[in-house]
Amino acid sequence: MNKKDGAQGLSRRSVLKSAGATIGSVAGSGAITGFPAVWAQEKKVLRYLGTAVNQSDDINKQLFKDTGITLEYISVTTDDVTKRVVTQPNSFDVLDTEYFSLKKLIPSKNILALDARKIKEFDNITPVFTKGELPNGKKIGDQGTAPKKVMFLEGKDSTTFAKGVTEWVTLIPTVYNADTLGIRPDLIKRPIESWKELLNPEFKGKASILNIPSIGIMDAAMVVEAAGLYKYPDKGNMTKAEIDLTIKVLTEAKKSGQFRAFWKDFNESVNLMASGETVIQSMWSPAVTAVRSKGIPCVFQPLKEGYRSWASGFCMSKGVSGKKAEWAYEFVNWFLSGWAGAYLNRQGYYSAVLPTAKKFMSEDEWGYWMEGKPAKSDIKAPDGSLLEKAGAVRDGGSYDDRMGNVACWNAVMDENDYMVRKWNEFIAA
Amino acid sequence: MAKKDRPFALPAWAQAAPFGLVFALFFLIPLAFVVMVSFWDYNDYAIVPGFTFRSYVETFEGCYDQLPGLCTILKTYLSTVKFCFLVWLITLLIGFTIAYFLAFHVRSVTTQMTLAVVCTIPFWTSNVIRMISWIPLLGRNGLVNQGLVKLGVVREPVEWLLYSDFAVVLAFVHLFTFFMVIPIFNSMARIDKRLLEAAYDAGASGWQTLWNVVVPLAKPGIVIGSIFVITIVMGDFVTVGVMGGQQIASAGKIIETRLNALQFPPAAANAVILLAITLLIITALNRFVDIRKEL
Repeated sequence: MNKKDGAQGLSRRSVLKSAGATIGSVAGSGAITGFPAVWAQEKKVLRYLGTAVNQSDDINKQLFKDTGITLEYISVTTDDVTKRVVTQPNSFDVLDTEYFSLKKLIPSKNILALDARKIKEFDNITPVFTKGELPNGKKIGDQGTAPKKVMFLEGKDSTTFAKGVTEWVTLIPTVYNADTLGIRPDLIKRPIESWKELLNPEFKGKASILNIPSIGIMDAAMVVEAAGLYKYPDKGNMTKAEIDLTIKVLTEAKKSGQFRAFWKDFNESVNLMASGETVIQSMWSPAVTAVRSKGIPCVFQPLKEGYRSWASGFCMSKGVSGKKAEWAYEFVNWFLSGWAGAYLNRQGYYSAVLPTAKKFMSEDEWGYWMEGKPAKSDIKAPDGSLLEKAGAVRDGGSYDDRMGNVACWNAVMDENDYMVRKWNEFIAA
Repeated sequence: MAKKDRPFALPAWAQAAPFGLVFALFFLIPLAFVVMVSFWDYNDYAIVPGFTFRSYVETFEGCYDQLPGLCTILKTYLSTVKFCFLVWLITLLIGFTIAYFLAFHVRSVTTQMTLAVVCTIPFWTSNVIRMISWIPLLGRNGLVNQGLVKLGVVREPVEWLLYSDFAVVLAFVHLFTFFMVIPIFNSMARIDKRLLEAAYDAGASGWQTLWNVVVPLAKPGIVIGSIFVITIVMGDFVTVGVMGGQQIASAGKIIETRLNALQFPPAAANAVILLAITLLIITALNRFVDIRKEL
């Protein structure tokens, strides 16, 4: 009894102590006042704004082990990242955002371009970004906001995107992927080869697209082209007439009951598919994995018209300078040095510097994720859970097959304002 | 007498000041900003101070050209008002019945209070969770459909249970009936029981008592409950989004889409329009009952 009491007293005291310490460290780290306190300089802390895609505890732990830097994650949705950069540029140090939002972010002058000379692996960044081609030289689709169009600025403080490679980089790529339709092969029971199947009346009441206007309309454009209704000069930058046409096709489908629902976040898309509400829908790669990990067959179906791709990368807030800027470069250099790349590759995303990531993956893992080879042993997620059994082949195959067939990139159109209004009209129809 | 003649004496001001300040700081000033921004111009990444009707003109785009068809904003508000009316009617019927039961059929005050607290139990979990919990129940392969198919009531699963107007109304009613129950119960609890006895003695039937005694006396509660339900449903976009499968427009959703596209002025303009319409409805309700007098 006595011992127990003693232990309780001790633990109570230590809880109080640690609570005090927590309060102290919160006050000290400047979270309360919003200004960095003096001893925060000893601790290398970076506030990291982004979507949750690359924000994981594992990365934070490994980063701390290797460099002593701690990340404070600020996880919000893609739209809110943009909003925050424009309205509260001092609320973060490092920004991880998608290339298509640069059209809004760069003119706001709230972010700093990075100096390519300070990025060790810069020359090894995949040419998908710098030149719009695969490592083997094959050109890939560049409709929409392809990274190469917005990756470089003409000068340090310029707001003009450079045509070619310069030393001022808007975003150092972190992660990217090629998106397509997810399907339930067990419920469809026949091969799906084209985007046009999304609006096939056969799947009436069982299809879905995203209710994110800029991405949803691109998926719709893939369908319109696949159905042979129209060929867009640039799906990622439509004219008003093209927007009207695309929305008309969508509206007709909606009125005839083609869509079961639209989805807005990751979990909604997983639930729609897993519960059988939908059998074909636009989807993201990890969502397909999530459905599959419930034991439900789901395929990230490669389609003959190609993929819609997206990419995100790092830059800094304009408020960052001195030591913080050095840590930011140190962090970005660490991110490209392989461990994080391998971590992302294992989730089905792609890393920016392939050779360094390869060093941190087993030959079998590399073969499965990047080369489209059948897995020799079971494929596991970074958390150790089983993703695929031995013998499985990745949907869409190798890196070259998937990224080589990109047709367009997520984009913000010049007519974005008109498009958003039309999208609201479509939802109301 | 002196006090009545001078309602704006210092003590009265002092008493009203704290709330007045809070009201000004957190409501009037932000509202003034919203109205101001709704008349500003904007581009891809910034709002541009100035004075323009652009946001309003664009919001009502096509309302004249498309006649007799309805433009986006009219369609949206028509749908929102429809939900408002349905939800109001159903929550009123259910809320009134529950409040009536609590006030007149439950004798002991302790039991009344206990049952009223029981009514709040659903509120112990979050709004969103209560709403989302309907999805596995109503889905194509959900519990209800499985039951219906197994019982042989229907051969194919019923599709309109989820992601439909029905689902939206169901979730609203589930979420907001309580906001009707409490004000109505509060009004009813104050009704002097002797009035009911007097009505009975005078030979009134149960329905006559209900209609001529209880309903008029419960009116303030009904109106307050109605204001709660109507204002919430008018501004809601999460429930409509989730239960309607994002396929049903709502005034709030238009604002959200605009905000997400960094188009603050049109979002503000839509907020002003929403506020105006809601105020119109509330004013109309106040025509029926002068709440200040009744309270």
